[in-house]
Parts: sequence; C-alpha cells; structure tokens
Amino acid sequence: MFKLIWLVPALPLFGFLFLTVLGSRLSKPAISYIGAGSVGLSALVTAAIAYSFITSPPDDYRIAFIFADWMNVAGFNPKFGIYLDALAVVMIVVITFVGFLIHVYSTEYMGDDDGYARFFAYMNLFMSSMLILVLADNLLFLYLGWEGVGLSSYLLIGFWYTDPENDKAAIKAFLVTRVGDAAFAVGLFLLFFHLGTLNIQEILLNAPQVWAMGSFVATAAALLLLVGAVGKSAQLPLQVWLPDAMAGPTPVSALIHAATMVTAGVYLIARMNGLYILAPIAQSFVAYIGMFTLLLAGFSAIVQTDLKRALAYSTISQIGYMFLALGVDAWSGALFHFANHAFFKALLFLAAGAIINSVHHEQDMLKMGGLRKQIPLVFWVFLIGASALAALPFITNGFYSKDLILWHAWASPKGNVLLWAGGIIGAVLTGLYAYRMVFLVFFGEAKIVTDYKPGPAISIPLVILAFFSIFSGFIQMPEVLGQTQLFTEFTHTALPVSRILSGHTTEAVLIIIASAASLIGLYIAYKAYIKDPQLAVNLLKTSPGSALNNFFFHGWGFDFVYYTFIVDPFTHLARAGKNDVIDYFYQGIAYVMRKANYLFGEIQTGNIRNYAMGLIFGALLTVAALVFS
Amino acid sequence: MILILLIVVPFLAGLLAWAFGKKASFARWISLVGLAIDTLLVAILWFGAGNSNDVWLRSVNFAWIPQFGISFHLALDGLGLVLIALSVFLGIISVAVSWTEIQDRVGFFHFNLLTVVAGIIGVFMALDLILFYFFWEIMLVPMYFLIAIWGHENRLYAAVKFFLFTQIGSLFMLFAMVGLAFIHYQSTGLFTFDYFKLLGTPLTPRISLLLALGFLGAFAVKLPIFLLHTWLPDAHTEAPTAGSVILAGLLLKTGAYGIIRFVLPLFPGASIDLAPVAMLFGVLGIIYGAAMAFAQTDLKRLVAYSSVSHLGFVLIGIFAFNELALQGTVLQMVAHGVSTGALFVLVGMIQERIHTRDMGQMGGFWGKAPVLAGFAMLFALASLGLPGTANFAGEFLILAGVYPVSVKTTAFAAAGLVFSAVYCLWMMYKVFFGPSSKETLPDLSLRELSIVFISAVVIIWIGVHPQPILNKTAAVMKNTQSNMAAAHHENTLETRFVLNKLIR
Amino acid sequence: MPAPPFEYGLIVAGILFGIGAVGLLVRKNIIFMLMSIEIMLNSAALAFIVAGSRWGKADGQVMFIFILTMAAAELAVGLALVLQLYNTFRSLDSDIPSRMRG
Repeated sequence: MFKLIWLVPALPLFGFLFLTVLGSRLSKPAISYIGAGSVGLSALVTAAIAYSFITSPPDDYRIAFIFADWMNVAGFNPKFGIYLDALAVVMIVVITFVGFLIHVYSTEYMGDDDGYARFFAYMNLFMSSMLILVLADNLLFLYLGWEGVGLSSYLLIGFWYTDPENDKAAIKAFLVTRVGDAAFAVGLFLLFFHLGTLNIQEILLNAPQVWAMGSFVATAAALLLLVGAVGKSAQLPLQVWLPDAMAGPTPVSALIHAATMVTAGVYLIARMNGLYILAPIAQSFVAYIGMFTLLLAGFSAIVQTDLKRALAYSTISQIGYMFLALGVDAWSGALFHFANHAFFKALLFLAAGAIINSVHHEQDMLKMGGLRKQIPLVFWVFLIGASALAALPFITNGFYSKDLILWHAWASPKGNVLLWAGGIIGAVLTGLYAYRMVFLVFFGEAKIVTDYKPGPAISIPLVILAFFSIFSGFIQMPEVLGQTQLFTEFTHTALPVSRILSGHTTEAVLIIIASAASLIGLYIAYKAYIKDPQLAVNLLKTSPGSALNNFFFHGWGFDFVYYTFIVDPFTHLARAGKNDVIDYFYQGIAYVMRKANYLFGEIQTGNIRNYAMGLIFGALLTVAALVFS
Repeated sequence: MILILLIVVPFLAGLLAWAFGKKASFARWISLVGLAIDTLLVAILWFGAGNSNDVWLRSVNFAWIPQFGISFHLALDGLGLVLIALSVFLGIISVAVSWTEIQDRVGFFHFNLLTVVAGIIGVFMALDLILFYFFWEIMLVPMYFLIAIWGHENRLYAAVKFFLFTQIGSLFMLFAMVGLAFIHYQSTGLFTFDYFKLLGTPLTPRISLLLALGFLGAFAVKLPIFLLHTWLPDAHTEAPTAGSVILAGLLLKTGAYGIIRFVLPLFPGASIDLAPVAMLFGVLGIIYGAAMAFAQTDLKRLVAYSSVSHLGFVLIGIFAFNELALQGTVLQMVAHGVSTGALFVLVGMIQERIHTRDMGQMGGFWGKAPVLAGFAMLFALASLGLPGTANFAGEFLILAGVYPVSVKTTAFAAAGLVFSAVYCLWMMYKVFFGPSSKETLPDLSLRELSIVFISAVVIIWIGVHPQPILNKTAAVMKNTQSNMAAAHHENTLETRFVLNKLIR
Repeated sequence: MPAPPFEYGLIVAGILFGIGAVGLLVRKNIIFMLMSIEIMLNSAALAFIVAGSRWGKADGQVMFIFILTMAAAELAVGLALVLQLYNTFRSLDSDIPSRMRG
C-alpha cells in the first residue's frame, strides 16, 4: 500500500504535463476532469495510505522509499526519496483534501476564464510541488518542491498577466521569498559541510552527536533555515509579499496563500525540530517572530478595507501563531493549528470568492453590506469560518488549536508570560477583525443588490469545509475538558512531546481567559460595526486615529522602508550604470588612441618646409642633448 | 584517428558549403550533415569509452615542427568529451536557427560557423601548447567575420572590440607559453611544448605566478571575468543569433576549460595564490552581471549580461579546487550553454518577427505566442536556477563545493541567486506579460519548435539526471582535486601572503 | 705649406651647413631648396675630408666619394621630381604641392 505513495505527487504532475502540452486543444469538461481529477485521485490514494498508516502502521510509525539517485558527486548523494511519518501523513491528507475541494470549486469559479487550462496546469504543478515538499526525505528534494511551490505561486499571482499590477505582485512574491530561499540554500551548504548529508533523518540523528547544545554552528544552521521559512510563510520581516499576492484568482489565494504553501515554513521547522532543540536561541527567535508577526498582522487586518487583503493579514497572523507554537515546543500544536487553519481559511477565501462574484467583482468591504439575506448559504459558511478564525469557544476548531498553542506558550519551559500575553492580545484582535468582516459584509444596509446563486461546485466544497471547520477541533481537547487527544497521540509518533510545567487549575483559568479574549474581540466588533457604526468613523476622523489607521493599513511601513532603502536605490543605481561604467575605461583608451591619432595626423601638413624645419630642430635638439648631458 | 576526424569533418563541411554556397539550401544541408557525422563520432566516443577510470580516453600524437618541440598532440578526456558534445549540439542549433535568418552570402556564413566549431573542438582536445594556441586563434577569426558581416546595426564596432580584447589576451598567453617552454628547456635541456612534459616544471613562485597570469590573460577575457567583460555584451548583442549562441554557449567555455586544463595543473601553487582574487572577481561578476542585466532595455543585451553573472559561478567553482565544485562547473557550463543559447535563439525569433530588440516595444506576448512564451519562461527559470533544471544542479554543486573553502563567497554568490531572479522575472514581465503591444507575433514554426524543444529536454534531463555527465568527468575532476590538494601542502609562499593581505 | 688647423676646416663646414639649413628653410623655390641641400651635403663631405686629414686616414676621402655619388643620384631623382612638379603645378613654389597631409 505505502509503495503507492509516489502516485500522490506524481498524479498532479502528470495532470500538469498533460494540460501544458494539450491544454489548448481540450474541451472545458475534459480540462476539469484532468485538472481536478488528478488531484482527486491523489487525494484518494492519500486517504487509503492514511487509513492504512493509522490502522496498520509501519514499524515505528515511519517508512522511507528511495526511487532513484539524483546525483552522486564526491559523497554528495541526494536521492529522489520519500519519507512518510505522522507529520507527512497529516500534511498530505490536508493538502490533497483541501486541494481537491478547491480544484472542484475552481471548475465553476474559473469557468469563464480564457486561461482555464493554464489555470489548472499551474494548480496541478503547485499540488505536485507541495506534495514533494512535504514528502521529500532529503533537504535538496524538499528544496525542489520548495522552489516549485514558489514558482507556481508566482505564475498564479500573475495569472491575469495583462494587468501590470498583478505581474508586479507576482514578481514581488517570488523575489521576497527568494531572499529566504537563498539563506535556506546557504543553510543546506552548511548542513552538508558539517554533517556530510542532506537526508533529513540522518541530519536529525547526526546533529546532536556533532554539535553541542546551543553550539554556534547549529544555531547558524537553524537560523538560516528559519530565514527560508520566514520568507515562505510570510513572517516578519519578509511578510510584505502576501497581501499583494491577493492579486491572484481567489481559489489560488485559498489554496496557496492561505491553506498550504504559506505553511511550508511551519512544516520545515517542525520537520527539522531536532535542529531547533539543539539551538535554543534560534528556537526562541521562532517564538518571538511568531508573536510579533501575529500582533503586527492582526493590527493591520483590522483596518483593511479590501476583503481579500484583510484575509491575507489574518493568514499572516495565524501563521504567526504556528511559529509561536514551534518556538515553545508545541510541535503538535503548530501542526494542529495548520490543519484547522487550512480548513477555515480555505473556507473563508472560497466564501470570499463567492461574495466577490455576487457583488460584481467588488472587493471593498465598505461598499458591501447586508448580504446576509441575499446569499444565505455563503453567509452561514462565512460565519462559521470567521468564528473558527476568531476561535469562538468550544464549538469551533480554531478554539482548540489556538488554546493548545496558548497553553504551551504559558506552560512550556520555553514559554513565558510575554509570549502568552502576545497571543492573548492577538486573540482579541482576531475576534475583532474576523467579525468585523462578517458585520461589514453581511449586516447593515444592503448597498449592492445581487441575485447570485452559487452552483453545486462552489457550494458543496463550502459546506464540506464548514463542516470540518467545526468538527475537526473535537479530535483534540484540552485535558481539563476531556480525554480526547487523538491528534497529538498520532503526531507524537513523529514529533517530540513537550514538557508542561503547570497544572490543571492553571489550564482551566487560561482557557477562560482565552475564551474571554475571543469574545471581547467579538464584542468590540459588534459595538463598532453594528450597534454604533459611527464610532469607527469618528475615530478615524481624529488625527491620531487616521495616522494609526494609515500606518496599519500599509502594513506598518515595511514596504515603504524596503522600497526606499533597497528597491529604489538598486533600481536607480542599476539604471544609472546601464551603459556599464567599466566600459568607460576601455572606451577611454579607445578615445585617447583616436585623439592621439588625430593629433599626430595634424603634424602631417604636407608642406615640405615644415618637415625640414622639424628635421633640423630635431637634429639641433639631439645635438644639444648630447652636448649638455 | 577519430579525434582528427572530429575536427576535420566540420571544417571540410564548411569548405564544401562555401564552395557550393550559391544554392543556399545546399550550404545549410551540407553543414547539417557534417555536424550530424560529428554527432555520430561523439556518440561513438561517448558510449564506446568503456572503462571510465582512465582519465584519457583517446589520443593522437605525431611530430609537427620537431625543431621547436611542437607536436600535433590531441587527446580526449571526459571533460573534453562533454564540452565537445555541447559544441556539436550547439553547432546544430546554430545552423538550424540561421535557416531563415541568414540570407546573405550563405555559403561563406556556414564556412565561418563550422570553422569556429572545428576550432573549438580542437581547443578542447589540443595538448600541445602551440597547437592549442593555433586552434585558439582559429576560432577567433571566423567569429570576427560572423559578427562583422552578418551582425546587427553596430556590428563593426562590436567585432573590432571582440577581436582586440581576445587578441590582446591571447598575446599574454603566447608569451607565457614560450616562457614556460624556455624555463623547461633551461632546467631539463628539452625544448618542448607538450602538455604532459611541461607538467611539473619546477618554477619559482614569482615566475609561476607571472606565467599563470599570462595564461589567465587569455582565459579571463574569454570567460569573461569582471572588469574584462565589456566586450561581451557588445559582441553578443551585435552578432547574428547563431553567433550569439556559439559565443555564449562555447567560446566562453573555452576560457573555463583553459583554466581547468592548463592553469591549475601547470601552476598549482600560483592557482592557490590566486584563488582568493578569483573568488572575489567571481562574486563581483555574479552580482554586477545580474544588476547590469536588470538595467538593460535591449533584450539581447540583457541575456548577454546574464552570461557574465553565470560564468562568475564557474570561476568561483574552479578556484574552489574540489571535486564537488569542479563537477558543478561542468554542469553549469553545459547548462549555461544550452539555456542561454536557447534564450538567444528565442530572442532571435522575436527579433525576426518584430524587427526590434527594445523591450519597451514588447509586452503581452504571452497571449499572442503562448508556445514561445512558455519556452521562454522555462529557460528564464533555468537561468534563475530553479531546481529541476540543469542550472540548479550546477549552481548548487558549485556553492556546496565553495562553502568549505569560503563561507563569505558562498553567501554573496547565494545573494546572486536573488539578483538572477530579478532580471529573469523582469524580462518575462517586460516581454511576455503586461498589456498587449501592437505588434503581431506568429507563434513558433515546426523548425523553431524543435530547436527549443530539444534544448528544453536537455535542460530538464540534465536537471533531474545529471549523473551521465558527472560520470564522464568524475575521473578528471578527482585527478584535479588530488593534484591541487598535493600542491596545497607544498604551498607556503610569500606571494600568497601578500595576496591574502590584499583580499582580507 | 703647413696645413691649416683642422678646427678651421670644421668651422667652415659648420658655417656651410648653417647656410644650407637656413637656405632650405627660407627658400620657397624648389630648385633653391635642392641647392641648399647640396650645400649641406658638401659641408658634411668637407667635414669628413678635414677629419680624414686630421687622423691621416683615407676613410674621410672614401666617405667623400660616397657622398658625391649619393648627391649625384639624389640630384638626378630630385630634378626629375622637380620637372614633374613643374609640369603639374606650373610653378616651383614648394608650398603649392601640399595636398599630402594627415
């Protein structure tokens, strides 16, 4: 059974190749069947593998396959190999399942687009790369998937390429993540040089023997990989690309820029957990990056007017939670939040796509309103998604995973009050911006009239995702609420178990505080957008209010700083030196030669007496020189 | 014998093409047939090589001018074989790409083209210094004609610039060759230019450094290294498409080949001394080339500057002196030859259609010629080193090999990966994305499609399965590594001290 | 009769050479310029004779013969050129045929 694992990334890859070569000659239904079907088959294989992995697990809950050598040079021998453990299983289940739903959704959502085949080709390429990323048994193969998802992200953000804004957003996304990738690559060189292998399991095995706890090299390696993860997962300070990435079609935002690709960094750090345990400084970096990111993005999310941008900032913020979890040893917590986040954020984006379709491609929330009655199904699923995002206590999946993270932030030996408090403030912000979206879009007076009715390919994925946004949380409860801990029991076969320093009473208190935080957010949103809509408007009229709004709106000025200090100087310098400054030197030589030629040519007057004069004076000078020397 | 045939066949085909060039298609076909025969010969050598543990696969050696110790000594090792295979491949591409582009003096064009290829193949096999110099010059003159006669607007300027740069560089090499032979004569009483006999000539550090610099004079211009690169954009831009393909794909490689074949083995101590400088120039080339490529408005010039950037990787790879990096340089050379060659081909196709290379007048071509655009995307991605393409395999191996030698170099070169993404994506954006321009742009014809398709297959094939090439060159590179390691122990020189002081 | 001191001879040769040089520079007529050159040549020849007699060697006189021959040859070519120039330009002014310039 497990042998079939290669089909999981291969099926979408075949889909990609098929659609690339023949896409322009196929009918739309055929494209749909190939595009979505390949992912569906992949999801089926995954389901079968996951089922047998759980019911009849391989020895020690892990199994590796090697399919071929990639290259073999002087001891450098990366292979095309797959490593399957609980971590990989969770990842591929979520990716193929959510991915399939989004593909189905796309068959209707993208139905009228000219680039229908191209869209599904790119999406399949993405699925294949993402699955390679999480299944690879060595870092080089992982890097192949890593860059592959970056490429498909670039292609899909710039999918509507005739608009230069989309292209620029695509380039920005690729370049910013590429900065991280370059650091990641250096990390690979470092790991290979010191450990002699890029196989992940061998690295995790060898590292503690080669490096002492907290050694400089281990910290450097962990930090370099962290930079890669930060770029891909849109964390501080490389988060700037994600809001712009919303230029892509909405299913893309759902699949790549919310549910799966942006969590690749989380996966990488979770996968390399042994390395981070060896480098406590790097691990605390992870935690603080997560905390600051979740706050920063949370503040930005509450002032966005564009529905998709607001969701993008919320994604950054939620991945911040995952990083926070990784930093405080809540490895399983991060993974759990990843899975739950994939469900509810995909749901939110897909619902947002339906909303945007219904209001004639308007994305500004301030121009929407009162859509509750007009598109009731979308309203309900969006409400469920937003509640899960806001971690509404006890009934949503987001609550359970976020609580697990906050609990570790407090109780783990690597956690502290500051990290926990950051998470709690983030929870208030999350509640606020999640319900702000709901209230702005669905409540208030109706500004746009619509008779939009989502078809089955849109509504069925929405309903399924809504279902999971509620029920996927129940497989993992806090200890004080129940003994259901299926998720961590499963993932602990692959990820380290974290130590907990506090008892059940503390846990209960913290759960109440976390629940309160989410409800406070809800209340503020209710107060400001339903009860007293003038409140927010008036606040914006004060000068500190509008200044802060502006500051948050533009993502805390990161873009401004990068453009002023990096992009613009580089562009201007390059443009100024366009004709190659160095060539001026050679042109100078040529110029001097040409001038000298001209100058000496001037002496040639053609007048014999001038020559005679020159001769005689030359002779006189020579004689004089001889006499007087 | 087969080695001589490798050189003679394209040369004869060129002569025939010139002689019967009145009928253009005859010249084209005869060139193709000549190169096809060469392909066959390469295949015989490739698959008939047998035991790959021997460094030298074949050799031919007979006296040429015995009075001066000059012999006609050809020998082929894995490195030469790989590069010759690349030469023949790009030769065929060049002929195919000129099918409609060249309409003027077709016979003479193909004569020049095939003579360059023959000269390059000779360079990759010659093991007598004077013979090497002979082939080195042979590839120069026809190249000059290719640029000066069939080039674009500013062709004479570019051709003269190309000629002067390379010729002055070659002059230094000639001095160094003669100097080396004389020193060898003084110490052994044998006057010879034979490579094997000159290996291990005892040299004082100062002389060794001077001679190494002499050889580098020629190779550094060809490679080209930073500061000596300014002939390249002009020559590449002004040359006809086939000329650009040959220039970028092959001529630049002769520089790298020369360093690996001659500078490292003949002057190991001096090479170690020069390594920090070479690394510095390599990194400067990577970043400067990429920045310049980004700034260009002429599409062909952009691709030309990208070569400066890519060959910077080759330079740092060579001077890391270990098998990993050296094998990486081989892959990088092949990958750059094929991918940049293909980019030049695509630029040529665009220019043939819209009669300009100005990127300001392009845009939105994706919608008009999706096949062309798709291939351009593929080669642009190869150029920026996407995993799965040959370029990635090359760059990754190089950097993995350079890391143990110099972490700083690795870090800055890795930054070059970001810069290469900048110009590649910028190019895609300006040419293929964005709002549609007015130009009409027919998509690829069958001939054009097959050219780029084969290149694409090669790039990806090597990207996921580079082992056949790596196996061919493994013995050579292992040898080089152990030679350099042996020299490393002996090398405690004052020059090294001085140079290090300059760098650090 | 005692030979005059050889310095006198050299001085005469120098003066002759100076006259010839000045003549060459100030004259525009090609015939006169040729004559000036002859004077300079002969001054050099005189210097050789004087030097030969000073050292009592025949070399000076040998050189004189050489110079004489050369002067004759030069004159032959020179006059031929002058004739050609006169035919072309109808003038003996040396400034007129000045079209060969850089």
